[in-house]
Amino acid sequence: MATKIVMEALSPTMEEGRLVEWKKAEGQPVAAGDVLAEVETDKAVMELVARAAGVLLKQTVAAGATVPVSSLVGWIGQPGEAVPDGASGPATGAAAPAGASAAGAAPAAGSAAPAAGGTAAGAASAGVGAGAGAAGAAGAAGAAGAAGAAGAAQGGAAGAGAGAATAPAGRVKASPLARRIAADKGVDLTRVTGSGPEGRVIKRDLDRAPAAAAAPTRAVTRRRPDGPPFEDTPLTQIRKTIAKRLVQSIGPIPTFYLTTEIDMERAADLREQIKATQGDAVKVSFNDLVVRAVALTLVEHRACNAWWLDDKIRYWNEVHVSMAVAVPDGLITPVIRNADLKSLTEIGAESRELAGRARERKLKPEEYTGGTFSISNLGMFDIEHFTAVINPPEAGILAVGSIATVPAVVGGQVVPRKRMRVTMSCDHRVIDGATGAEFLKTLKQLLENPISLVW
Amino acid sequence: MATLTYRDALNVALREEMARDDRVFLMGEEVAEYDGAYKVSRGLLKEFGPKRVVDTPIAELGFAGIGVGAAMVGLRPVIEMMTWNFALLAIDQIVNSAAKMRYMSGGQVGVPIVFRGPGGAALQLGAQHSQAFESYYAHIPGLKVIAPATPADAKGLLKAAIRDEDPVVFIEGEMLYNLKGEVPDGDHVTPIGKADIKRAGKDVTIICHSKTVAPSLKAAEALAAEGVDAEVIDLRTIRPLDVDTILESVARTNRCVVAEEGWPFAGVGAQVVDTIQREAFDALDAPILRVTGADVPMPYNKVLERAAKVDAAKIQDAAKKVLYL
Amino acid sequence: MTATARSTKAPDAATQALHRSYLRQMMLIRRFEEKAGEAYSLGKIGGFCHLYIGQEAVAVGVMAALRPDDHVISAYREHGHALARGLTSRAVMAELFGKATGSSAGKGGSMHIFDAAAGFLGGHGIVGSHIPLAAGVAFAHKYRGGDQLCVCFFGEAAANIGAFHETLNMASLWDLPAIFIVENNGYGMGTAVSRAAAVTNLSVRGNAYDMPAEQVDGQNVLTVREAMDRAVTRARAESKPTLLEIKTYRYVGHSMSDAAHGTYRTKDEVDEYRRRDPIAVLADLMKAGGYWDDGRHDALVTEVQAEVEDAVTFADASPDPDPSALYTDVYAPEGR
Repeated sequence: MATKIVMEALSPTMEEGRLVEWKKAEGQPVAAGDVLAEVETDKAVMELVARAAGVLLKQTVAAGATVPVSSLVGWIGQPGEAVPDGASGPATGAAAPAGASAAGAAPAAGSAAPAAGGTAAGAASAGVGAGAGAAGAAGAAGAAGAAGAAGAAQGGAAGAGAGAATAPAGRVKASPLARRIAADKGVDLTRVTGSGPEGRVIKRDLDRAPAAAAAPTRAVTRRRPDGPPFEDTPLTQIRKTIAKRLVQSIGPIPTFYLTTEIDMERAADLREQIKATQGDAVKVSFNDLVVRAVALTLVEHRACNAWWLDDKIRYWNEVHVSMAVAVPDGLITPVIRNADLKSLTEIGAESRELAGRARERKLKPEEYTGGTFSISNLGMFDIEHFTAVINPPEAGILAVGSIATVPAVVGGQVVPRKRMRVTMSCDHRVIDGATGAEFLKTLKQLLENPISLVW
Repeated sequence: MATLTYRDALNVALREEMARDDRVFLMGEEVAEYDGAYKVSRGLLKEFGPKRVVDTPIAELGFAGIGVGAAMVGLRPVIEMMTWNFALLAIDQIVNSAAKMRYMSGGQVGVPIVFRGPGGAALQLGAQHSQAFESYYAHIPGLKVIAPATPADAKGLLKAAIRDEDPVVFIEGEMLYNLKGEVPDGDHVTPIGKADIKRAGKDVTIICHSKTVAPSLKAAEALAAEGVDAEVIDLRTIRPLDVDTILESVARTNRCVVAEEGWPFAGVGAQVVDTIQREAFDALDAPILRVTGADVPMPYNKVLERAAKVDAAKIQDAAKKVLYL
Repeated sequence: MTATARSTKAPDAATQALHRSYLRQMMLIRRFEEKAGEAYSLGKIGGFCHLYIGQEAVAVGVMAALRPDDHVISAYREHGHALARGLTSRAVMAELFGKATGSSAGKGGSMHIFDAAAGFLGGHGIVGSHIPLAAGVAFAHKYRGGDQLCVCFFGEAAANIGAFHETLNMASLWDLPAIFIVENNGYGMGTAVSRAAAVTNLSVRGNAYDMPAEQVDGQNVLTVREAMDRAVTRARAESKPTLLEIKTYRYVGHSMSDAAHGTYRTKDEVDEYRRRDPIAVLADLMKAGGYWDDGRHDALVTEVQAEVEDAVTFADASPDPDPSALYTDVYAPEGR
């Protein structure tokens, strides 16, 4: 009698799985414990293993399809054995049903006996992923932990320990001295070919490697203006789970906030130099510097330059910065389009022109929609620090506080410095804690070394 | 500065110290009438008489203990072991009496004694007469362990050992007795616990002592012909170990080979390697390699014996390995 | 010439005082060891602890014959030797307690009692290992040309070890002023001497090395003293060694972990020896001479009891060694 293969719950919170790839073809012999397919869960790509021996009689779900847990995905039996639904004999992989029909198979699978280990795992805490995600920092760690738990549960059920094969990423072999030199020179050891035994990186390999550019300012990533304006990315299971859990947790847009303090001494110096050399002909405000810096940062951190579109995330290649402007009866967000391709003076001129027309309520709809990321600046009101509300479908907004002269420790001395606090509100469905933090790190570097904003 | 053999340098040290301090006496098998089994004590009986140059029966445990007892009440015995192989019979006195007396008496009773004699393998003497025991004694808190490689160090360190307030195990190289070298005249005292850089270099540190110093220097010359500049450090004193000199060198060269005549397990080199990995981990560009005697009782057969011993070629090979050559 | 026969005639006043001092020393050792056994069972003393109860006359009789500039070296059953040599009850008890005020500053313990100033050179724990040391000390005395000597105590079991023979040979060969005291208490741990030695009269082993030797009754302190006087004269005047086999008996087990009797000896045997207790032997002799009575005896009991109580109080109240002491005394201090 043929044995059903069902979509197992391969993580504690998994409700459906995407069958990424079949590892056994129809007609191929299988032993209990053999990997039948790879399945993407809400956390990771896991292995679906055979619970019976024989041949893979039928794949009832095609690669790429997403089906609920416990759904039938295939049959194992003796060669030539008929499968209960009448679809006897091996079918070719190409003839496998498309995703739609796989979804259609789900109700039938609902009555199927669940795999023993699978449901046990499925009953485990559903709060793990959400908790870690809401903490805003360790989404990945949370997922890894949950995947580990799932692996253990699955191993227990299978009895053969056929958990996900997780060979650790190749550790770079390097001598202690080589590691020290690499750290001093800022060399990425993964990019150095080791000439020692088993590829060990040793001192002489680093003597040949160029030191990382020790430039005081960071290299700025520029985008090609002729590329596609954006790329839509289907939601992965993990993204879906994060979105679902977080929305349940704190509302339709699960927002978290990241704050950093930026030293604006050099930015102030830069403004003075521009004023001194250009006179009144050119006006560059701190806000212009911030807009330009944000735009350049977004090019490098596309994950923050994105829209949440419910079934997908749109990652924008183009950078359109929305700028919150107070108007007599409210707020409007004129958009500086392709801000990353515009110079400081262009940004300055355009933002003043847009703000002026905004206050006169003369903006056309296309001038205040379509932004990919927003900035709200209340520095002129002497607000030190605030949080701004995300402007959907955008995934992030930066709240910019005032520039204040405060005591700061520089080189071991307490000195007065011009500092500015910024807070980024992030839609956690799109932006994870570490992603947002990386964004702010780049922004801070740019504003603290503002010469690259002039290029 | 005279050119002396290692043997005569030791003889000079004994003579000078016996003349300098009448608490010093020499005791052991064949040290007096026979002038020393290896002639280290040649002429001393004639010069100092039988009270201070004392022949003993073959009773290592007994006369080692007599030496310790004499030292406990203020004499400065030099106890000659005909070879260190025989001192195994006396190891209870060296370890249980000499090394521990000061501590277990709460500091009241020190044992200023020198146990000395030739160690290591000579030629075809077989398993029981071909052993290097430095690590045995270096294991023991309370003992100092010295193993000089050159005539100058033999003289300077034996004089220092005799003057030291603590028990000293002084292991001479049986095959070094005829080695000639310049020896400073007069009161040449070499501090205990100081290693000596016998050859300065920058590419690899070769750490050695006693009989492995000469092959290490030879290996360094061969390496120089291949463009490698090796530094050779002679430990001279095994305990206390001169950690500073070792670490300073390895910090410069980033690579290290430790050569010793003894067996590999828990040998002197094991202690050196432990120190380096702990104190200079980030300086290392390669694992430290050890060159030791083969991990077997010494065979009699000439070919096998040669294979069991450390030589310049083995040291050179190890140096090239740590240089990834 | 022996003086073991009971004298009924009172000796002179100086001798009476001497006897009283022997009696006091033996009673002090007895009480001290009883108290040490008690402290051990209370956990105040750790490790090995070998009591001297029953053998007191040996230590007291031997020490009585020595000068302050002589040396004494002993094995691990040496509390009594140390007390008889003049170490204070406080210093010895504090050492057993492992305290900083102990004779070895708490680093030696029961088996390693030292007092260099008193010429008491340990306290050694490896059977027979210290016998050559005594010869070495004697060698130094002879080397320097003085007339001091060194006494070495060890049990009869140590006479079977190589170091004993090597040392007796060299001591005799070189005419060293050493006195080797075999305290033959009949048992090396639990092995009777007849089961361990081919010749049970251990004094005859001196013959093999042409060394004068005697067998001595160790229950009578005066007999021990007289034999020692002969050995001391030989050492000082002729610079020659002596082997004294002193027959004695320990009432207690080999160490605290050993029952007083049971597996290797009988209670009757222990009781038999108790009837010739060295303290009673001397006290009876003094009473017979008319210079001792129960009243004085009881007063002396009270006196030594008070001294031992004081030693325990002192040891209890003394501090442990400072933690920094862990690493001192391994080598001579720098600059010495």
